Amino acid sequence: MTDQSKRLLLKLASVATVAGATLLAACGKKEEAAPAAPAASAAPASAAKADPLKLGFIYVGPVGDAGWTFAHDSARKAIEAKFGDKIKTTFVEKVPEGPDAERVIRDLVAQGNKVILATSFGYGDAMEKVAKDHPDVYFEHATGFKTGPNLRVYEGRFYEDAYLAGIVAGKMTKTNTLGFVGSFPIPEVMRNLNAYLLGAQSVNPKAKLKVVWVSSWFDPPKETDAATTLLNGGADVLLQNTDSSAVLQAAEKAGKYAFGWDSDMSAYAPKAHLGSAVLNWAVYYEKVVNDVLGKTWKTEDTKWGTKEGMNDFVKIADVVPEDVKKAVETAKAGLKDGSVVVFKGPLVDNTGKEVLAAGAKADDAWNSKVNFFLKGVEGKPPVAK
Amino acid sequence: MNETALLIAAMLASGTPLAIAGLGLLINEKVGVLNLGAEGMLLVGAVTGFAVSFHTGSTVLALLAGAGAAAVVAAVFGWLVIWINANQYATGLAVSLFGGGFSAFVGVPYVGQKLAPPVSDALPVLGDIPFIGPALFRQHPMVYLTMLAVLVLGWLFYRTRVGLVLRAVGESPESAHALGYRVRLLRLAAVLAGGALCGVAGAYLSCVYTPLWVEGMVAGRGWIALALTVFATWRPARILLGAYLFGGVTMLQLHLQGLGVEVPSQFLSMLPYAATVVVLVLISRNPMWLRANMPASLGKPFFPGG
Repeated sequence: MTDQSKRLLLKLASVATVAGATLLAACGKKEEAAPAAPAASAAPASAAKADPLKLGFIYVGPVGDAGWTFAHDSARKAIEAKFGDKIKTTFVEKVPEGPDAERVIRDLVAQGNKVILATSFGYGDAMEKVAKDHPDVYFEHATGFKTGPNLRVYEGRFYEDAYLAGIVAGKMTKTNTLGFVGSFPIPEVMRNLNAYLLGAQSVNPKAKLKVVWVSSWFDPPKETDAATTLLNGGADVLLQNTDSSAVLQAAEKAGKYAFGWDSDMSAYAPKAHLGSAVLNWAVYYEKVVNDVLGKTWKTEDTKWGTKEGMNDFVKIADVVPEDVKKAVETAKAGLKDGSVVVFKGPLVDNTGKEVLAAGAKADDAWNSKVNFFLKGVEGKPPVAK
Repeated sequence: MNETALLIAAMLASGTPLAIAGLGLLINEKVGVLNLGAEGMLLVGAVTGFAVSFHTGSTVLALLAGAGAAAVVAAVFGWLVIWINANQYATGLAVSLFGGGFSAFVGVPYVGQKLAPPVSDALPVLGDIPFIGPALFRQHPMVYLTMLAVLVLGWLFYRTRVGLVLRAVGESPESAHALGYRVRLLRLAAVLAGGALCGVAGAYLSCVYTPLWVEGMVAGRGWIALALTVFATWRPARILLGAYLFGGVTMLQLHLQGLGVEVPSQFLSMLPYAATVVVLVLISRNPMWLRANMPASLGKPFFPGG
């Protein structure tokens, strides 16, 4: 009896070890540069003049997700190439949003990183806590809203890309019905789908939009299901706010059109791909390095878009007629010089209520409260809590 | 009318991977082995299938390779739980986590790769029948093979001597052992077959259904398949119906959204599991029914000498 249970315990222990090792391997930390010199973390920032500036990145997904995290990591590589031995970067991927994040952030600080860049919304609380304890370290939080003396936030204007995609979609649709695969009905996603429709309506007043929610950022088979549903329902140009290329591939199989999101996805669906919305975080990360090295760092709430080169719409397909390509370029130039504004009044939601008065232009406060479907979107938005 | 046909077609396609994995787990559970590692086996099958399809361009080879790779994982699992008598629950969970990590690790070079463009699966003549054609006869061959597999398994388990022996191993391994059957070998064979089917389901997902590889792409379908075996009270035909139902719930919910009918998606995502709990409550209330269906030695180790 005791022998038996001892044996069982041993087996359980070995199984647990295997499982633990696997987990560790799966979310293991990867260091790009040589391990941190322990002395650097102890020395004050000013004394360590000759040492490179150390930046620590925290990613929510794997660097190979071909989307969000991939874009951040490309930017990290870009600034490393640009600044050479003046900086040293480290990243930790697949960090869950929650208590683990705080541990990882403290870890990075302890290794002597002087700039911490957290690239997902859910790291906000952890960043705030650690920032208070380390006034000599700079904290940068993507898509966040909490700031402090050494904590600031930055974000892109993704809806500008959605608007440009809409222009292409409005011209390419045969059924005048566009489709959108949504993740969660948060303001960011609601802005994107409304901007997509506005872009389409700017060139095709008859365009309407069907929306399907998958309640996930990343579930490729379910994204396929959602795309199939939209295509079955008559939509023929799709955009998505989810992180895989599944929607694009579903469109390819059905002989319809779709766009890449977060990164250039043209390779996944040569026939269906009409263009890709890409994020270029490097422009902001360059600013971060320059601010810290030049000692000009100050608390800000940065929202950059097409104008600053943070967002771009690239790889417009050959099937798109020249005049449409030109329309996209014109709109892009307009977004840069401010003559084109995505959300400007009068805007009416699909229940007939005015949401932006005639002549008014949306500001960031308005942007953060987009929780409605504009006129031309079918159905009702799910209630976001 | 046409949209209904397309909806039916989509339900069949999305239920198929669940059905394949569910049948695999059914084979495991019929001999008394509970395989909580299904999710990991699906992932290993998915990444292997994708890699093979990427290099050879052949979907058939990809499905076979997916089956083989998952069977190797199943062999390790089988050795641990059948010979070493490691706890089936803990080992299964470990295999599930291992499969997730391992597939992510070996799959790195394949993230973002693409497969050869899919071809139309429409059957000649039959696919052109109005309504029935688009609903039933424009599917990937795996959809029909899965239906055939259900018939074969039903026949095997309930109409043949082999099936009787396998069920005996699951109901009372001691009795089967006393009669001279090699319980461990039979269990291992069933675990291998079950693992192989999980691998096929994974490869179907990554090569046919959503032709791409990204880590974690199976997204919980292994767990739904596990729930499915209970929901189906360990009957092959009910597994198929349950799979179409669970696959259909997702499609229906998305379809309703497309039509503008508001159904909370979280509620429908919860349905497969809620339905499983209801079935569990029902069969547990009736001891006769429970005994008639659930393999009596499910999850219990077998000691030949003990």
